[in-house]
Amino acid sequence: MDSLSDGRGMDASRTLLAGAGQMPPPVRRIAPQAPATIVPPPPGGNGHASGATLAPPKLQRLERADAPAIERMRTEQLSIAYGEKLAVNAVSLEVRQGEVLALIGPSGCGKTTLLRSLNRLVDLTPTAVRGGRILLDGEDVDGFDVTHLRRRVGMLFQQPNPFPMSIFDNVAYGLRERGSKKPSRKELEPAVTEALHRAGLLEEVKDDLDHPALALSGGQQQRLCIARSLAVGPEVLLLDEPCSALDPLSTATIEETVLQLRSEVAIVIVTHNLQQAQRVADHVAFMYLGDLIEYGEVEQVFSAPTAERTREYVSGGFG
Amino acid sequence: MAARGPQTAQQRDRTDQRAEFLLGALASAVLVLIAFMIAFVFAKAWPSFAHNGLDWFGAGGNVDEQLTGIFNSPADPSDYVYTLHAWPLIYGTALITGAAVLLGTLVSLLSAMFIVEFAPGWIRAILQPVVRLLAAVPSVIYGLIGIIVLVPFFGNHVIGPARKESVQYVIQLDGSSILVGTLVLTVMITPIMIAITVDALRSVPRNWTEGAAALGVNRFRALRTVGLRAARPAIVAAAILATARALGEAIMLSMVTGSVAFAPNPLDGVTFFFEPTRTLAAQIVEGAEGLSVKPFGQTMYAFAALLLISSAFLSFGGWLARRSMRKYTLAPR
Amino acid sequence: MSAHAQTRLPTGLIGRIRGSDSWSVGDRIGLAAAWGAGILLCLIAAAIVLYMLVRGVQYLSLELLFSHPQPGLDQSKSGGFLDPLQGTLALTVIATLIAAPVGVGIAVWLTEYGRPAWLARAVESGVEIVAGTPSIVLAIFGLLVFQEGIFSFLSYEATPGVSFGRSFFIAGMIMSLIALPLVVGASREALHSVPRHVREASYALGKDRISTIRRVLLPASRRGIGTGVALGMGRIVGDTAIVVVLLGATLQNDPQGGIPGLGFLQGTGSTLTTYVYNNSPVGEGGSPEKAYAAAFVLLLIVIGLNFVIDMITRGRGPSWTR
Repeated sequence: MDSLSDGRGMDASRTLLAGAGQMPPPVRRIAPQAPATIVPPPPGGNGHASGATLAPPKLQRLERADAPAIERMRTEQLSIAYGEKLAVNAVSLEVRQGEVLALIGPSGCGKTTLLRSLNRLVDLTPTAVRGGRILLDGEDVDGFDVTHLRRRVGMLFQQPNPFPMSIFDNVAYGLRERGSKKPSRKELEPAVTEALHRAGLLEEVKDDLDHPALALSGGQQQRLCIARSLAVGPEVLLLDEPCSALDPLSTATIEETVLQLRSEVAIVIVTHNLQQAQRVADHVAFMYLGDLIEYGEVEQVFSAPTAERTREYVSGGFG
Repeated sequence: MAARGPQTAQQRDRTDQRAEFLLGALASAVLVLIAFMIAFVFAKAWPSFAHNGLDWFGAGGNVDEQLTGIFNSPADPSDYVYTLHAWPLIYGTALITGAAVLLGTLVSLLSAMFIVEFAPGWIRAILQPVVRLLAAVPSVIYGLIGIIVLVPFFGNHVIGPARKESVQYVIQLDGSSILVGTLVLTVMITPIMIAITVDALRSVPRNWTEGAAALGVNRFRALRTVGLRAARPAIVAAAILATARALGEAIMLSMVTGSVAFAPNPLDGVTFFFEPTRTLAAQIVEGAEGLSVKPFGQTMYAFAALLLISSAFLSFGGWLARRSMRKYTLAPR
Repeated sequence: MSAHAQTRLPTGLIGRIRGSDSWSVGDRIGLAAAWGAGILLCLIAAAIVLYMLVRGVQYLSLELLFSHPQPGLDQSKSGGFLDPLQGTLALTVIATLIAAPVGVGIAVWLTEYGRPAWLARAVESGVEIVAGTPSIVLAIFGLLVFQEGIFSFLSYEATPGVSFGRSFFIAGMIMSLIALPLVVGASREALHSVPRHVREASYALGKDRISTIRRVLLPASRRGIGTGVALGMGRIVGDTAIVVVLLGATLQNDPQGGIPGLGFLQGTGSTLTTYVYNNSPVGEGGSPEKAYAAAFVLLLIVIGLNFVIDMITRGRGPSWTR
């Protein structure tokens, strides 16, 4: 990208970064020789109800948790390779309850692989090999049954994937399909309604829980998937770019849900959207080509990153 | 064909129109042929139904004797004999077809689950040609093995003399039975069901299988609850296809159970499984030589008409079933 | 990577059942049943193949293969099955020669033209009905139609105005019906899978539709069409019911009329399938050894056809191991 060599662009970004912790507008190079012209907004607004200004909106920083975070999961020198190709290289991270950890980085940097190793979903790929350790509450995750692990570490996927069943059956799925006793609908109802409530979906669907889940909108489906994961009672929740297929309103709702959940469940979120990371995360881990480049609190990583690569990424230099 | 020079738009349209017309005529010809077939068969079958009324479907008397009577009708058209109570044939067809499809669906579901999820790679590589082979073996070879190997085995080693004596005044138990017929028919219809089910299970979106795994559900449960559910339309289609195949199977069944047109009696207990019967399709094969005798031929066409109606019902039923399942099987966005 | 301990992920079946209480009793029975079903399939296939192999090798001889069947009371001593073998080959060729062009033509019409829409749907349903009709029903339908006097040129006239209604011609025509749906289905799939931009490129060069079909689309769909034709041939080779009804059940191929080639087609005969049927305990032949030998040859032909299909779809068809 040419903008890297344009000294003017980089200086402008740095100035802005040093300021109020805002994200600079994306660096563009259209007519390098032409003088910069400012286009005033047309009278009466340009389509926005309030005739908004051209400046990017202020990012909301929601309140941080006050309670100290409890460590739930930890990776120690975790490496993952698909056949010959090394996807994750000796990464050590902590996941704590009470806070949200965001994994950021460009495509192919290994953040999704790392996420999927936390609930051993990489095991489903036959060519995958893992090195290092992953600990859940101090125990090695290879030491106990993988289905038990996955009940304690839940996952949400990029594309909402509700099963071809009713809403009730979807949320009750995890509770029904473990062990031989089949709980009756009466026994499951309280758990299902509570999970839907925590996911913020109950109000919208409580009239007809037998509606087919695939008939819901995208945002509702994703919240249904959250409810489905919560119903099993996990300690950790892994979110793999959960909002990338959703509209902004649904995204906002899900981000709110995530923040409400963080005191009960440890949350790890993989995201491409740096603004989302800023809104939602407490700690940020930046990965590049399999290596963990930087890890720290969100404000520090975005406003004063220690690694050059991090600085380039968060300023939009590449990605 | 010589290379054509540049054509005017008009010329192009005309050749195109002609081609379209010819091909369309070809396709319609097939349609006309089928319509003819259905009309002819019903027209020929009508006298048999007309003379018997609803009794045609009922029970009463020995079907073999009735058929001989029809075959030996006097030459005068007004004296033709049509008397037939075809219940034993209908009952036998329903029994064998139903049992084979049920058994076959169960086996094919289990096999498909095995192939898709649990089989080691080398077994999976063997099973693909195995299933194809089983599907390709001609029915006369299944019949040959059935009648030379299975029927004597059951007749001499499984059915004890006491059992044979217990029904000897009604029917001979020599091994050709609904049991052997059902078993061989199951082996014949299962491979195509397996192929369809495996394809359907493999195309279940990975989203769903990963979602189920991420909820901590073990592989068998996930396959059973999500995989089979998503594959339900295909499984129904496979079952319908298998039923049509089973209904139409004439040669193998005429070799293995075709001895007597008998209605097996469930009140006989276990002996019920060893009693012989004959299906509609097998009956048509048995009667194929006598088709030139008019009333006999018309009776055979009546059987064919019944088979055609059943096929039509099957297709319609399958279409209904698949429509009702559509609301649960939208692919995830 | 080498500096750290590598844990190979558990891939065996045992590894997955360790930590038992996530698998209920029902699940375990289901797993065992699934394994059982898979193994049972292999066993049955092996049993059939081995048994036919043993019996076939036991009874097959070159003499049987190349000598004509002799009519005689004691079939086990007289003659071979050259005529039925010829019959199978001839019938397959005739039926395929009819089914292949017609099937491809219908497939082309359905995918490339298909107007008016109701007609296309009707044709599709029609092909499905043919696919679902038992071959015995098609056979007696054939008899019904071709016994009318006007068709006597296709077989011979036993009595004036009534044609015999059974001959290679007639059997071939009805046989083509059972191969037709397979050819149509496979050709349609093949034509559908030619990407749209190939068609658009041809139209952009000024070619009309029929030239595009002839020069571009059909060659591109060769593989699928070949698969469909081979599948159809497999079905033809294995069918007995149509032959029993429509080929006249004479032991030797019996040409009618003077003209050599045409006479053969108008005549009656038998195929390997009816030969096996007649020589089994249900038929009049009563010679199971010959039945085994013929059945073995039949099985070899069918396996050979399947092998050809494999070669055609080499690596492209659905594979369960990928």
